[in-house]
Amino acid sequence: MASQQAKKQVSRLPHMTQAAQEEKRRQLAYKELVQKRKPKPRYLRNVLVAFVVGGAIAALGQLVLGFLMSRGLDLNGASAPTLAVMILVGVIATGLGVYDELGEFAGAGAAVPITGFANTIVAAAMDFKREGWVLGMGAKMFIIAGPVIVYGTLAGVAVAFIKFMTSP
Amino acid sequence: MAAKKVGKSTIRFTSPPIIAGTGTIVGPVEGKGPLASDFDVVLPDHAYGERTPERSETKILEQAARIAIERAKIEKSMVDYYIAGDLLNQIISASYSARQLAIPYLGIYGACSTCAVSLALAGMVIDGGFANYVLVACSSHYQTAERQYRYPVELNIQRKPTSQYTVTGAGAALVASSGAGPKVTWATTGKVMDLGAKDQSDMGGAMAPAAADTLLTHFADTGRGPDDYDLILTGDLASFGSEMLKELVRDNGVELDDNYRDCGLMLFDTKVQHVGAGGSGCACSAVVTFGHVLKEMEKGTYRNVLLVATGALMSPLSFQQGESIPGVAHAVVIEA
Repeated sequence: MASQQAKKQVSRLPHMTQAAQEEKRRQLAYKELVQKRKPKPRYLRNVLVAFVVGGAIAALGQLVLGFLMSRGLDLNGASAPTLAVMILVGVIATGLGVYDELGEFAGAGAAVPITGFANTIVAAAMDFKREGWVLGMGAKMFIIAGPVIVYGTLAGVAVAFIKFMTSP
Repeated sequence: MAAKKVGKSTIRFTSPPIIAGTGTIVGPVEGKGPLASDFDVVLPDHAYGERTPERSETKILEQAARIAIERAKIEKSMVDYYIAGDLLNQIISASYSARQLAIPYLGIYGACSTCAVSLALAGMVIDGGFANYVLVACSSHYQTAERQYRYPVELNIQRKPTSQYTVTGAGAALVASSGAGPKVTWATTGKVMDLGAKDQSDMGGAMAPAAADTLLTHFADTGRGPDDYDLILTGDLASFGSEMLKELVRDNGVELDDNYRDCGLMLFDTKVQHVGAGGSGCACSAVVTFGHVLKEMEKGTYRNVLLVATGALMSPLSFQQGESIPGVAHAVVIEA
């Protein structure tokens, strides 16, 4: 069942024994078959739903921001409390067991906003709490969010460094 | 001389062990599926009154085992061996259930193929004359598997079309050297197959080559073919894996038709229930075989069934280190 393409790829590996080449050929042929037949995610539907749900969450944030500014805060002053409110919304929705279902439905639309970031931390905290407050929850609540924080901070430092070096 | 060995890797039991009693428990999602009425207990929720999902899994495994003993109408003290396994690190569900049962215990790991492995081993122990009663059991739990192999339960994740849903449940069977009931007649032990699959959201595709290899070996060793069975059952290849299996055996001149089904697809209504491509986990093949299939055999729907239970033998560690996913499949024949 090895296809032409698989044969071609294997013929480029002269250092391998006959049996190893045969094995590699089978692997490539199977990989090809799987790739050809594997059902694809519904990309268009996923993109549209992500756009609408992600947009709705952002619009909710905008409402909160507008409310805080109408109470006398300026844009800078209102930004941080808006984020705090949105994080709280994500935390509560996760605690109620709703946010994972929103994620299943909306994909990136639920994952990208800050509510999704809150979800990653609370979901991990809820799971690992059973192993105790310190070695369980304390140690592992950033198991999903950790990389975002690490590389987000690094990227921030790098961008600030570039700005520092290039500004007159 | 291995008098009971046939061909490359098949055993023909000369005094076939009898499945004298079974116990099956499923979770709430499986309880809404088409086979719900075949199971002894359907859980109202995943926790089942326990503090952690791991404790809940141990509890259902032990309970299923006790039901199987009761149905076989024997005493717990008469059971010679308890052979059990599950999906968790250090097979804690099996070992902790063994702690409660206090029967001489052999813990095994075969990932989702555990049901067939334990049946084959029970057959060897009994046909070899080492025991009169062997209790086999395995379990899986959506929440324990999810947190060990994938992500926290409440995390927002969109399933891929090939993702599978780990079955919450436990299945147990009391295998006896004599008595009435369906018999385990043949067993084919599979070898580990790895065609380099690396997609963790496609276990069916990763295990299909192993299922194909074991199926073809079984047919070659026994001289039988797909038409000799009323039902050929794979454990948890789900929709995509089943399709790949059919394709792989077709390349070798074997055609799987209407008598081929997959436990992961039978257990759920995949169109309505959100379980991705179908069910997976040790309990998947165990509850469908011990709950549904044996009941149908009793009614006379099937006379002989070939169960090919499949397992993916990776761990989160091997996956993160970039290793591919090895699969294994073991076959047992159950005859009325």
